[in-house]
Amino acid sequence: MGANIYKNKKPVIVFLFPAFLFMMVYLYYPFVKNIWNSFREIKQLGGQGTGFVDPWYGNYAKMFQDANIGTSLINTLIMMLATLVFQVGFAIVLALMVDNIKRGSRFFRTVFFFPIVISATALGLLFNLIFLYDKGMLNQILEILGKRELTDWKAEGIALFTMMLPVIWQYVGFYFVILITGLNNIPEDLYEAATIDGATGFQKVRYISLPLLYNVICTCAVLAVTGALKVFDLPWTMFPKGMPLKSTFLTGTYMYYQTMEAKNVDYGSAIAVLIVVLGVILSKVVNAIFKEKDY
Amino acid sequence: MKENKISIGKILIYLFLTLWALTTIYPIIWVVQNSFKAKDKILANSFALPVGDLFTTANYKKAFSNLNIFGSYANSLFISLMVAFVVILLAGMAAYALSRYHFRGSKLLYAVVIAAMMFPAYATIIPVFSMEFSWGIVNTDSWALSMFSVILPQVAGNLSFAIVVLCGYIKGLPIELEEAAFMEGCNAFQIFFKVIVPLTKPSFATVAIFSFLWSYNDLFTQMFFLRRPEMWAITRLLNQLTSQEGTNYGLMASAVTLVVVPLVIVYIFLQKYIIKGMTAGAVKG
Repeated sequence: MGANIYKNKKPVIVFLFPAFLFMMVYLYYPFVKNIWNSFREIKQLGGQGTGFVDPWYGNYAKMFQDANIGTSLINTLIMMLATLVFQVGFAIVLALMVDNIKRGSRFFRTVFFFPIVISATALGLLFNLIFLYDKGMLNQILEILGKRELTDWKAEGIALFTMMLPVIWQYVGFYFVILITGLNNIPEDLYEAATIDGATGFQKVRYISLPLLYNVICTCAVLAVTGALKVFDLPWTMFPKGMPLKSTFLTGTYMYYQTMEAKNVDYGSAIAVLIVVLGVILSKVVNAIFKEKDY
Repeated sequence: MKENKISIGKILIYLFLTLWALTTIYPIIWVVQNSFKAKDKILANSFALPVGDLFTTANYKKAFSNLNIFGSYANSLFISLMVAFVVILLAGMAAYALSRYHFRGSKLLYAVVIAAMMFPAYATIIPVFSMEFSWGIVNTDSWALSMFSVILPQVAGNLSFAIVVLCGYIKGLPIELEEAAFMEGCNAFQIFFKVIVPLTKPSFATVAIFSFLWSYNDLFTQMFFLRRPEMWAITRLLNQLTSQEGTNYGLMASAVTLVVVPLVIVYIFLQKYIIKGMTAGAVKG
């Protein structure tokens, strides 16, 4: 019977055409064109280029001499590790804690998730005020706690830390919600059985919650790593153009800088290709490390 | 079987959770209270409440007279609503066809959808810009064309994720209703709009909220396509504010408040759907 309705296949094309046309024109074609562009000489956004780069792989050769590429790669890798360890790590701790309480779990869920809804640009402005040298919120708190001199949170050396803190902070709640949903799916009778066998709260976490949460944690790890490659809004708002002294570039912000500020559109395309390659390699690596297990 | 007596462990847990909750709530309260102080008074003691002599609405007056806040809001809302609407319409149609019809190549098409999720915006934005430039829809005087130059790439960016989520939902619907509609003489399009769309509403809501917020917050695309101040969406306006008025802390605080407070209100009322919508986006790679 079900086959009868859908025997006439003509409507399929009408249903599929608009969406696939969109994807071809706005995703697949530009993706391929971007690789082509990275070999062309293009100095103006919107231009088709004046010929090929000499030698044709010139933009890729340039990356090896470009110190900023090194900086942005290292910064991006640090960002990835930091998100993996602190974002996911913190989320696990918070989720396990909320799972162990009765009152207020809904409240904490709402409050922890809240920063994700706010645009990263607005948060960038907010954190600019918090990290202000001359009596931003943080320096005032430190002063109350008895610290004498003010800290310049945007100085070289500490800038990277200042940039990563809000990025990490914003998304803890996201992984928290995914993890707490995973925890809620663990059947209650497992805990009851463990209690009868005399397990302590800590043992229950160690031998029931964490092993059964393993696959969810893997998902979070993959998301955190690929997410770190896409970060743009917050760093660009707080540290435009890689300030100070081009030391806070990430691969994404550097691609934008080369394309829009330095007008090296072809080089920007090549960096975009680098971002794609990096994303594919890193998600393969993370998938290999956090291999999902069947229980 | 959790015991009821208050233990030290429980107190520590609540203490820790409350501390983290403070880090997410207090910064907002802080920026709101400082937005009501004169810009030279903020630095003296930013933790004081804006009462008595401290209180002023000067920052807001300046924000409304200097910044095109309402215009930018209107642009943002228009762009994001259109993105959400077009995404659910096109993705709904595609998901319906992919999950109900069996035809050669359907597996391949699904793989095309999945692969499209992997493309970062960085890798497509420059060619998309030159394409739209050659069509003459970027950087023009026309408001409508400028809006569409942002809406189109943002729709494309959300489609594949939406198709995956909606396919999962539609596959789980009982086919009997569609059979009944077919017996009554409905054709495939009537079945889609009269049976599938009403049944898929919860999933449409999830996808719409995700697409809306993603588009609303997406600074990167806006930086490329919205060149003229009167066309700016709200995040683009905020970004400009940092570079132009970075030292006018009062104005910054009031601008952040004006952008964040509406979101807080919407979030309080729709939190259940928003959290669901955003975490369903977890599959968006």
